[in-house]
Amino acid sequence: MKKILFGVYTAICIALLVWAFELAVNAPAEMMQGDAYRIIFYHVPSAMVAFLFFAISMAGSIGFLALREKNLAKALAWDAWAVSGAEVGIIFCTVVLITGPLWGYRAWGIWWAWDARLTTTLLLWLIYVSYLLMRRFASGPQMRTSSAVLGIFGGIAVPIVYISNRIPGQHPGPVFGGDRASGMDPVILRPFLWNIVAWLCWGILVLILRHGFELTQQEVAASEAELSLNA
Amino acid sequence: MMDTLLTHLVKDLRIEWRSKEAINSMLFFSLLVVVLFSIAFDPRGAFSREISGGVLCVATMFASVSALNQAWAREIRHQVLDAQRMAPTSGAQLYLAKVLANFFFVSVVQILLAPVFLVFYNLHILGNGWLLLLVLPLGTWALVANGIFFAALSINSRNRELLLPLILFPIFTPALMAMVNATTGIFTGEFDPTIWIKLLAAYDIIYTTVSLLMFETVLSTE
Repeated sequence: MKKILFGVYTAICIALLVWAFELAVNAPAEMMQGDAYRIIFYHVPSAMVAFLFFAISMAGSIGFLALREKNLAKALAWDAWAVSGAEVGIIFCTVVLITGPLWGYRAWGIWWAWDARLTTTLLLWLIYVSYLLMRRFASGPQMRTSSAVLGIFGGIAVPIVYISNRIPGQHPGPVFGGDRASGMDPVILRPFLWNIVAWLCWGILVLILRHGFELTQQEVAASEAELSLNA
Repeated sequence: MMDTLLTHLVKDLRIEWRSKEAINSMLFFSLLVVVLFSIAFDPRGAFSREISGGVLCVATMFASVSALNQAWAREIRHQVLDAQRMAPTSGAQLYLAKVLANFFFVSVVQILLAPVFLVFYNLHILGNGWLLLLVLPLGTWALVANGIFFAALSINSRNRELLLPLILFPIFTPALMAMVNATTGIFTGEFDPTIWIKLLAAYDIIYTTVSLLMFETVLSTE
């Protein structure tokens, strides 16, 4: 049953991605930017998914630390969310960091500007890469605790960086909920929203796969440890 | 209650007084960084004022890693760290004592380095020079408080000497940004560094509090 549900979900995700791509390609060109604006269909949804998954990762770290002495099995599942959130988040964050300069070079004439959101995103990427490095370098059972602590420290850094960069910068202001000139024309808004839905569904699919994989890895490691104890 | 803290602090200061390992290695390393940067950029006049804040902060940051790596490593020998784990005292005091000791070492290095720095970079400070007495300690505290915590975090890993800068620098970056902007503001006198000093102070308070709260977890990790 689980497998069938998962297969259906995968099919829906792929259909959504195809549909969203179709809409993104066929949306009318923008008045000022021409076709270059289309990158927003990938850039913004990826950023949303990345930030969401980093939040999931931090929640996983907190859950692991809170449960590790009471219920190890549950704590390990939380830890699996922490690592999969970080890993998949980094992938989406990388997409943001690659598509951003591509658009920036067309729109601003420069690849990179050290302003609020760019710096925050880059730093977030660096922090979570260091989190994965920590997991790789640290060995033994204390690895999970150490990296959970690091995950929490990294999460705390995000608002600090964001505040420290709140000087008006280069990045486009909020598209929604900004001043009167903000907002999107419905002909662009519709494909934009569909792309958010499609990429979010796709991201969740990858996240669930990665989580399951981590759980299997934990089981394998546990049974190997038991085998070597009994040998 | 402060007895434990004092005992640890005195012990660390005494070890350093006898060996002078941390201060000597940091001093020479930061001197090297300062010399290398002045060769690479040929700093003079206004340009020197613009980059020297950054060079000073980055030199301190790189140099302190050598001392931070030693901070816990010397406790591993003869299972001292295990004894400290079992001791019925709070981990927070042990942590705070280490931070205070290393804060002192890095500050000594900065004081000794200051004249060399002024000479090599032909610095003529245009802003409020005395504000440096606020910015440098705050920045050093941010570096040492996080550094000691992460050094303890990475103590059980392979290649811990390599791991420490890899996990410390990304999280220290916001503080570095505030520190560099504040010192540049002071050196050039072009903008008011107050906002950056406030940010640095907030960073210090937040991370010191979190470290104090979580150090017990890190210390007792098995």
